[in-house]
Amino acid sequence: MSATDIPENAPEHCPGPTTEQAGTASACQGCPNQNVCATAPKGPDPDLPFIKERMDSVKHKILILSGKGGVGKSTFTSQLGFALANDENIQVGIMDVDVCGPSIPKIMGLEGEQIHQSLSGWSAVYVQDNLGVMSIGFMLSNPDDAIIWRGPKKNGLIKQFLKDVDWGDLDFMLVDTPPGTSDEHLSIIQYLKESGIDGAVIITTPQEVALQDVRKEIDFCRKVKIPIIGVVENMSGFVCPKCKGESVIFSPTTGGAKKMAEDVKIPFLGSIPLDPRIGKACDTGVSFLDEYSDSPACKAYLDIITEIKSSLTTQGNF
Amino acid sequence: MADTIATNLSGIKHIILVLSGKGGVGKSSIAMQLALCLVQGGNKVGILDIDLTGPSIPRMLGLDGKQVHQASSGWVPVFADENQNLCCMSIGFLLQNKDDSVVWRGPKKNAMIKQFLTDVCWGELNYLIIDTPPGTSDEHISIAEYLKDVNPDGAVIVTTPQAVALADVRKELNFCNKVKLPILGVIENMSGFVCPHCEECTNLFSSGGGEAMAQEFGVEFLGRVPIDPSLTLMVERLDDTTLENGLIKNYIESNLYKAFNKISDKVIAKVT
Repeated sequence: MSATDIPENAPEHCPGPTTEQAGTASACQGCPNQNVCATAPKGPDPDLPFIKERMDSVKHKILILSGKGGVGKSTFTSQLGFALANDENIQVGIMDVDVCGPSIPKIMGLEGEQIHQSLSGWSAVYVQDNLGVMSIGFMLSNPDDAIIWRGPKKNGLIKQFLKDVDWGDLDFMLVDTPPGTSDEHLSIIQYLKESGIDGAVIITTPQEVALQDVRKEIDFCRKVKIPIIGVVENMSGFVCPKCKGESVIFSPTTGGAKKMAEDVKIPFLGSIPLDPRIGKACDTGVSFLDEYSDSPACKAYLDIITEIKSSLTTQGNF
Repeated sequence: MADTIATNLSGIKHIILVLSGKGGVGKSSIAMQLALCLVQGGNKVGILDIDLTGPSIPRMLGLDGKQVHQASSGWVPVFADENQNLCCMSIGFLLQNKDDSVVWRGPKKNAMIKQFLTDVCWGELNYLIIDTPPGTSDEHISIAEYLKDVNPDGAVIVTTPQAVALADVRKELNFCNKVKLPILGVIENMSGFVCPHCEECTNLFSSGGGEAMAQEFGVEFLGRVPIDPSLTLMVERLDDTTLENGLIKNYIESNLYKAFNKISDKVIAKVT
């Protein structure tokens, strides 16, 4: 109900589109949005208190974001999940809100699993005792089915993931998102506003075409007031397995993520090299960090994860 | 309204969509390469970028910072070459600051897409290539709906070879079948990287998955495009004003053109 909710083309004395008078006040006469406002549900979202109640048992909520697709958001989310859950006293949940292109089930080796329903709600699918996952991928009768949904249906599902899933007590909830700055992003932030989001980890690749979209995502985080934990540069550099010669696949002609992070004054968390084994581990649904624990990419991952943990500590709420 | 879309697009002979369920597989770079090949073949080509929250086409064509002009007949698209054979339209041309985020829910995105179809004076074009965001949601449903009456020629589906990407792209194929959009074929992008030091070819994102998927769905496999860092460099160096008008020339001289021209020929054969 902030001033920003008022559309640009509204009359001067607009009562606000979510108020009781919306669409019926005298100022609304002749406004192009009158009909929409008069019929839209009024007042605060009645589901928000339920979401808050569920989320009270979740200590840290972290969003994994990027303006650009295919940069490794889901890969990073899953590896972060695996790494955090290595400590069996830490409870981790992963929520995949990429409704049209869910990758988390495959990457975590849970393809074909189904969600179970109990009295306390939907139960997440567990990789191990302390690592639960929720994704629309578990709800499709055929994995190839297209989810042809417009915004409102996607928002409805995201709300259900927060409200109806029996997450239990969690130390970390990692939210994997689709690329962009649209319905899914606005909704998850709106629904979690009251419970609080620790921050967003932003993933990018080094080339300017990707950075361009990522700068938009950073602008988005600032607009909606989500703290940024830092930026991770993925797929930066490739070491040939045969000759060990290094090549640049996606050239950082504008200085890459590090320079961008400096420019917009957010922490740079580190770079992860392109290792074909990461993709292979994702395709087969195993933890890359466990399978190839001596690789440079694994070290890079672990360093970044340490950075993220310590950033949460310095915020004083770890 | 559908009438105005049909009237406004009546000068366009062929409409081709570039789709993928997965992000970052190279939809925009494929759209651009297809356009460049078509222009080189003597066609007038337009590119419409309907990725509203992450537009890449302006950057790809070296047109960052260009503005759309308003004429009495509507918005004039931005031309990428001196001979005015390649024009394009993207939300990137409408932003005050290129780092501004476009934080829009579905209805606003749909309205913008409709405006691109009704208010841009595309004029006479042999081909209009439509670049899309990943997914099967608002933008895709809307463009399919709006174009229904003008019978688009079909969609080129772009994927990378690894299973995680293919899983999303299979959804896109099913989307096309559901909305009855013909599938022109599948292109496998980023398929293999030849080490410049030792010539060893590494399949960074596995290999062959695109072809297998095309076979399974009974659609044509249009070809493989290897990872070539020179394309990124070519695109990124367009900032250099001396090269700005040389994009087509640079591309034609590159190795990529030889490989991609075969793919583009297959696409042309499909639509004519």
